[in-house]
Amino acid sequence: MPARLEIALKDHLFDAEGEGIRQKAKYYFGIELSRVRCLHVVTIDAKLTFEQLVTIQKEIFTNPVTQLSSFDPLDVKCDWTIWVGYRPGVRDNPGSTAVEAVEDLLGITFGPNEAIYTSKRYCMEGKDLTSEDLEKIAAELLANDIIQQWKIYSAEQWNPSNGVGYIVPKVRLDHTPTLTTIPVDRDQSLQTVSNERNLALNPNDIPTIRAYFTDQNVQSSRAQVGLCEPTDVELEYISQARSDHCNHNTFRGLFHYRDLSTGQTEVVDNLFKTCIESPTLALKEKKPWVISVLWDNAGAGRFNSDYHYVITGETHNSPSNMEAYGGAITGIVGVYRDPLGTGKGARLVMGSYGYCVGPWEYEGELKPRLHPRRLLEGVIEGVRDGGNKSGIPTTFGQVLFHPGYLGKCLVFVIAVGIMPSQIKGEPAALKRTSVGDLVIMCGGRVGKDGIHGVTAASETFSEHTPAGHVQIGDPYTQKKMHDFLLEARDEGLIRFITDNGGGGLSSSVGESARFSNGCEIELEKVPLKYDGLDQWEIWVSESQERMTVAIGPQDLERFFDLSQKHAVESTVIGRYTDSGKLHITYNGKTCAYMDMDFLKSGFPQWEFEAEWQPPERRGLFEPVLNTPHDYTSLLKDLLSRPNTCSTEWITRQYDHEVQGGSVIKPLVGVKRNVTSDAVVIRPVLNSPKGLAFSQALLPTYSAIDAFHMASCSIDEAIRRLVAVGSNLDHIGGVDNFCWPNIQYHPTDNPDGKFKAAQLVRACWALRDICQAYEIPLLSGKDSMYVDGYLPGRYGETHKVSALETLQFSAISVIDDITRCVTLDSKLPGDLIFVLGTTRNELGGSEYYAHFGYIGRNVPRVLPEQFIVVYRALSDAIARELVASAHGMYRGGLGVHLAMVAMGGNLGMEVDLGQVPVENVDRDDTILFSESAGRFIVTVDPANRQVFESCFKGLTCACIGKIIAEPDFMIRGLDDTPVVDTSVQDLRTAWEKPFGDLI
Amino acid sequence: MNGVNVLVLTGYGLNCDHETAYAFELAGAHASRVHINSLVDGTAKLEDFQIMVFIGGFSWGDDHGAGVIQAVHMKTHIGDEMLEFVESGNLVLGICNGFQTLVNLGLLPGLDRHYQKRSAALTFNDCGNFRNQWVKLKVNPESPCIFTRGIEEAEFPVRHGEGKFYAESVTLDRLLKNNQIVIQYALPNGSPAGGRFPYNPNGSIHDIAGICDASGRVFGLMPHPEAYNHWTNHPDWTRRKEIAKRQGSPLDPGATVGIRMFKNAVDFIRQR
Repeated sequence: MPARLEIALKDHLFDAEGEGIRQKAKYYFGIELSRVRCLHVVTIDAKLTFEQLVTIQKEIFTNPVTQLSSFDPLDVKCDWTIWVGYRPGVRDNPGSTAVEAVEDLLGITFGPNEAIYTSKRYCMEGKDLTSEDLEKIAAELLANDIIQQWKIYSAEQWNPSNGVGYIVPKVRLDHTPTLTTIPVDRDQSLQTVSNERNLALNPNDIPTIRAYFTDQNVQSSRAQVGLCEPTDVELEYISQARSDHCNHNTFRGLFHYRDLSTGQTEVVDNLFKTCIESPTLALKEKKPWVISVLWDNAGAGRFNSDYHYVITGETHNSPSNMEAYGGAITGIVGVYRDPLGTGKGARLVMGSYGYCVGPWEYEGELKPRLHPRRLLEGVIEGVRDGGNKSGIPTTFGQVLFHPGYLGKCLVFVIAVGIMPSQIKGEPAALKRTSVGDLVIMCGGRVGKDGIHGVTAASETFSEHTPAGHVQIGDPYTQKKMHDFLLEARDEGLIRFITDNGGGGLSSSVGESARFSNGCEIELEKVPLKYDGLDQWEIWVSESQERMTVAIGPQDLERFFDLSQKHAVESTVIGRYTDSGKLHITYNGKTCAYMDMDFLKSGFPQWEFEAEWQPPERRGLFEPVLNTPHDYTSLLKDLLSRPNTCSTEWITRQYDHEVQGGSVIKPLVGVKRNVTSDAVVIRPVLNSPKGLAFSQALLPTYSAIDAFHMASCSIDEAIRRLVAVGSNLDHIGGVDNFCWPNIQYHPTDNPDGKFKAAQLVRACWALRDICQAYEIPLLSGKDSMYVDGYLPGRYGETHKVSALETLQFSAISVIDDITRCVTLDSKLPGDLIFVLGTTRNELGGSEYYAHFGYIGRNVPRVLPEQFIVVYRALSDAIARELVASAHGMYRGGLGVHLAMVAMGGNLGMEVDLGQVPVENVDRDDTILFSESAGRFIVTVDPANRQVFESCFKGLTCACIGKIIAEPDFMIRGLDDTPVVDTSVQDLRTAWEKPFGDLI
Repeated sequence: MNGVNVLVLTGYGLNCDHETAYAFELAGAHASRVHINSLVDGTAKLEDFQIMVFIGGFSWGDDHGAGVIQAVHMKTHIGDEMLEFVESGNLVLGICNGFQTLVNLGLLPGLDRHYQKRSAALTFNDCGNFRNQWVKLKVNPESPCIFTRGIEEAEFPVRHGEGKFYAESVTLDRLLKNNQIVIQYALPNGSPAGGRFPYNPNGSIHDIAGICDASGRVFGLMPHPEAYNHWTNHPDWTRRKEIAKRQGSPLDPGATVGIRMFKNAVDFIRQR
């Protein structure tokens, strides 16, 4: 009989979690609760004596100062009780640390069927609550039915002696592992199996797969190991490797591009090769700081002579869309394994995030699985726990609200690491497996969780998407593994390392075995969370927190000593060979035997029709809008827009200073609350060098032309770096594409050809702008199915596709961190300069969006004009001539002057007549155009001449000055005041939407 | 004695080891990052060190109360050695998760030299969330704390979800009387925050940010002094630099108040 311990805060102590639930119930649903108390429930399913139970109750589970506990239900005053626990098989992190603690304290070991489970009991008080109210709170606030179960009790239903009973969510499979073979007699039969097993095989791949397995040579070699028809292990392996997520079939596809306005056609063979790989390789030749690109889990650049930095970016959209917390924590913890698995291993030094969700206060008729507000909160918390508990500063991030993300949200996560340039005299960025090396799996155990995550990410979300791929990341287990593997690396033990992410072992072992050209894997050695997994499940499970490592047999003992020291589980599961075969056995019986080069064999290239219609032919036009009179209210309202306003509440939840190297923080200024252009960290504490990082996301421009969306995103990321003091000579990029489905289908995806053209154009922009700015793409990923089918009011469903989105991240090395600058104005009397030209480019702007317009004049990037300005500004910052620097982004000059003023908490006087413009004669255009290439800089008047001389022949004009009074004043083109307000009023407006959130 | 040896605990989800060791090195000590298990299995010995640091992080994921399992683990395996370490005049510092561990061990507040009794707690922030912000701190000049000697005010970041100091009033009275309340959250003008959010970021009783034992040799605090190891860590550094430049007196960085705190510890060991 299990034991159930309930733990509560002493009654007189404030219950912050309960209070949070009370407030949200009111704010979200209008349900008035008067008091909520949260109880922790620990269910111990293990044979412990009474004395042992009392010992762990006292020593581990109850704080004598603040808590009470009991093995009988606690008597807490309430009108309703909600109990929430995990479903079987869902990762229960506190449950497993409880086991660790109990085993340690009692000096015992839990048996294979013993465990501890945690759950929560919420005691609610309130007048006139209905069971529907409680159901709503449970289902839409406290729990998600994908991973959790709950029970609701009214005061009458609650039995004070039984409580919630004894609920033990143990996984019982009662299944004998079975290997299944699959007939390949006809294409159709294979397609049927693919559909039944959710393999997501592309119909075009099926003949190639069949041809392989029916080949006579293949058949005779398979016969020698006792195989004939393909096994499920083999087909699952092919499915994973051929998925769009792993193989990037879309980016490697053949595009037939046609401009419908000119009739011009072009065949684009492989966007990845032509727009990413070739330009980056060409730049690598020119830029000796580029260390490693395009083959490993992350790209590497030189930090100094002793260190390299590494960077990569990922998305975790589909899982987050279903279980926001679990999806996001798994995403951030997962991307952190990429630098750890780059070269011989890098230490993580920084993370960042980008969230795109539906409107915060969405009240429309479509029913997304999670309301955008709840989804965003869950995502924020997932990245919070994943980052904070990993001890990695989350230094930068963005949120963007748009109805297109109701169908599927986007969760971008970026990871930066640092590695020594040499380990024991060998280049740390290189790795390979060799014959005889052992295949070792480290970290977590394998369960059913995460199966078919990769293939689900390659499909459009629907109500039939299997929930099994939602997991909950475990940063604690991963942090231990991270520390362990870095110590092993420093002793020179690691020859190859890669992470188990999408595709699990099938992907990590498959890829690492390419170096030696073969491997033999004994699947029964893989440690499991519970018995009963089929062989194919062990092979493709995406259970988290695992790395695959190759070491030499002579290092085995030392490697396992270190593994034990760090309390990390490691297991030898096979060895690398040069047989040319991937050979998998289970208890001595072969379950897969495939040629290593099979995946390179002639699979057909994916093909896409891409049809471009320029914006004017799509009926886009500039709105007919006369100039406003009340610019003060307008500016404040723009500052209050969800995509412009303060999101300090998110940043504050993230530890952005751990590791002690924070130089430019995500929030800057006198009140430490204005969002910085970029962040700077000191990853090597005794070096004066820093890493600057920024990212940008401008999907609304895609509504006009994804070419300019991509160009402007890249330009913004670069300007953000330049604004803090980076230098154009060393900037690396990371591209993360998230696109709706681009495969044309007359009924399911009627605008697929247009979306395909948008992708081609965005890639062309990526190529052109990165070449012009000389930015090698150190890493990048794509997620191609950002569509969702949402139920509507009448039982119908609607396909909702996201805007075509590119998040561009940029990283740079700062030579002397003490020369960095921030955006906040510094001293009264300083002069305000604008660099760069303002054009009539309100298309896709926040200003137009405020009125519900899109417009047509989307901002354009003119690299030749911009680069010289950027170089001049870098130079002026390096010469310490600049008091503050800030790029102009979303919202234009007006919004960003406000940022400078709020940052410095000082007023300013600005004359719009002095702003350099091209064909602009309206105040609103000058204030809100989002033309690229521009900065606001403040300068000590004593430095005016020398500052201006830096910009000789370039667009640079003094438009006003900083004043001591808190007045924010802008004069219009006719020399009358158009904006006249106080800095405090601007701040109030800017903090209005989310200022109450903590 | 030649050098001052500092033991910086690592492992099991702790995470401020690199910068804490670096800060002590800047303060003139020799700092070693030692895995908890190396101390437990005897590979590393407490007797080789004079300062022991329980660092920030999420030991055992902080799943059953921050610092609880770490405290149980340490007490179970090396409880006696730690008591002996304290009794023989060495220094113990707990930062953030380390502070939480010290109160769960009972090393703090250690009233009546009773170093195994839990009589104070660090519980969930009143604001209901993890929070990273810089705080202003007022130092109690009457405190016996070794680490804060000669320091009147400080600014450091806090980064925690469970930093609200709580104890019964009898305990609080004794802490006040013994001057064991070392640092308190303060308003920008230096006066106590009086519970005002965000100056007091977590709702700590009496604005308590850090306490010591009666000897002043065991010190725990929620803010992170090691995160202020360089003058560019301070949120206002770009403004301070610009103002200093205009005044013709370029900023002399010197040692940050964070490093001075560690230096006090190192000097104490050197001079004892």
